[in-house]
Amino acid sequence: MKSSLSRSVAIAGVAESDLGKVPGKSALELQAQAARLALEDAGLRLRDVDAVFAHTDDRFASLQLSEFLNIRPAFVDSTNVGGMSNLLHVQRAMAAIHAGMCEVALITYGSTQLSDGSRKGGAVAADGPHTPRGQFILPYGHLSPIGYYAMVAQLHMHRYGTTHKDLAEVAVAARRWAQLNPKAYRREPTSIDEVMASPVVASPLRQRDCCLVTDGGGAMVVVSAERARDLRRKPVYVLGAAETHAHHYTPFNTADWLDTGVAATADQAFRMAGVSRADIDVVQIYDHFTIGVLQSLEELGFCPRGEGGAFVADGALGPGGRFPINTSGGGLSYGHPGMFGMFVAIEAVRQLRGECGERQLPKAELALCHAPGLVFSCNTTMILGV
Amino acid sequence: MSEAPARPLPQPTDLTRPYWQAAAEGELHMQHCGACGRWQFYPRPFCIHCEAEALQWRAVSGLGRIYTYTVNHRAPNAFMKARLPYVVAIVELDEGPRLMANIQGEGALDAAIGKRVKVLFEPVSDELALPQFALLE
Repeated sequence: MKSSLSRSVAIAGVAESDLGKVPGKSALELQAQAARLALEDAGLRLRDVDAVFAHTDDRFASLQLSEFLNIRPAFVDSTNVGGMSNLLHVQRAMAAIHAGMCEVALITYGSTQLSDGSRKGGAVAADGPHTPRGQFILPYGHLSPIGYYAMVAQLHMHRYGTTHKDLAEVAVAARRWAQLNPKAYRREPTSIDEVMASPVVASPLRQRDCCLVTDGGGAMVVVSAERARDLRRKPVYVLGAAETHAHHYTPFNTADWLDTGVAATADQAFRMAGVSRADIDVVQIYDHFTIGVLQSLEELGFCPRGEGGAFVADGALGPGGRFPINTSGGGLSYGHPGMFGMFVAIEAVRQLRGECGERQLPKAELALCHAPGLVFSCNTTMILGV
Repeated sequence: MSEAPARPLPQPTDLTRPYWQAAAEGELHMQHCGACGRWQFYPRPFCIHCEAEALQWRAVSGLGRIYTYTVNHRAPNAFMKARLPYVVAIVELDEGPRLMANIQGEGALDAAIGKRVKVLFEPVSDELALPQFALLE
């Protein structure tokens, strides 16, 4: 987006719903719970909301949520591009606010994938047998998304000599952060050896290279910078944002599976924000699989291509490490209700507000959020600041 | 007694039927652009490189190498569960296009990036056969 929009909107409220195993609530109810908490966080009411960006596995999610909350928004957008969708919605809200189409945007997500068993066997609801995916992928027994990221890990190991121990470092760092987060789902201690001894799911990835499967929801409230100044919390401004989109589930024409469009989003977001990598204090990267963190760190330019393994060694990403990231415990240990983009942003906002208690980073003025969607299909990078 | 679990099968469209018909006859065919001379996969009604519509179905060599792969120890459906462990690979054909396939046959679990492979055809119904690959060395 153009740099004149930098700092034009702020995230004024954030909240999670109940997280973990929540058998008694629907995805809609989790979204509604998070929505009301996020509005309370911002010091706003449901009646102030005039735009809804809802995203679940349900069809027509924005209408469903609006009806449930008894609001009649002037603008909605339920674009679903996988895990990064809610970060995309922040940018859509930004454009809509700039265009005068709305003033108070409510962004929500909710899922009961743990309680309803929809992620069992690592298979996500499939496309029809006449689609490209149905014809050229599904007959071959490919797991999705883990099979795709297993192939990425295989490529990374082949090209750069990355080891499974390097990947395990990412999982252990996430768990050490989760131990400092009372809301995290998995907080018991773990070790490199334990991660490396977990069962292989799709080689070279093992069970503990994979994010959790939990229930949960989240919400954010995005308003104009002007409006944010009068609200309850310290505004967290959107300084820069960019997105790229490449493929669906059939990436036969994505030339290099280790160069997936992340770099372009980072460069554009930094340009829009007028800051550089060295200025960033807080880094939150969607950790669907351990390899994804290595890949994103390299493509974002925080370390040279191929050096991700050495970069994350010796607990570098954990509390007190050389490059602390994903301070909530991430999708690997805090929780993963299916689409983690929402929670990447929530943790960045809390760090920038200084609300993170034991896991608070000492300096937190500029944050970078990154998430992909589907199977390295699309990417977004967002830079937030106070 | 319950029936044997079904494999997810492709449902050809008018656009993709030449690919599946050739496969059923034991040949791997792909679209070749008469305007720019490049190959493409999967099928489209235009050339993704130059946007021309002058596409012809032609046989490819069926030879290629493994671009990347994974060995599955968990399966997305009951049919594939009975085949565990199995290899899913992205094969890059000598002509350029990539496609997904299982690596089958002797030594399949020795699949590795860069290894040479050759196409074979696995019948999956009365009308359909899936292009699959076997290691050459």
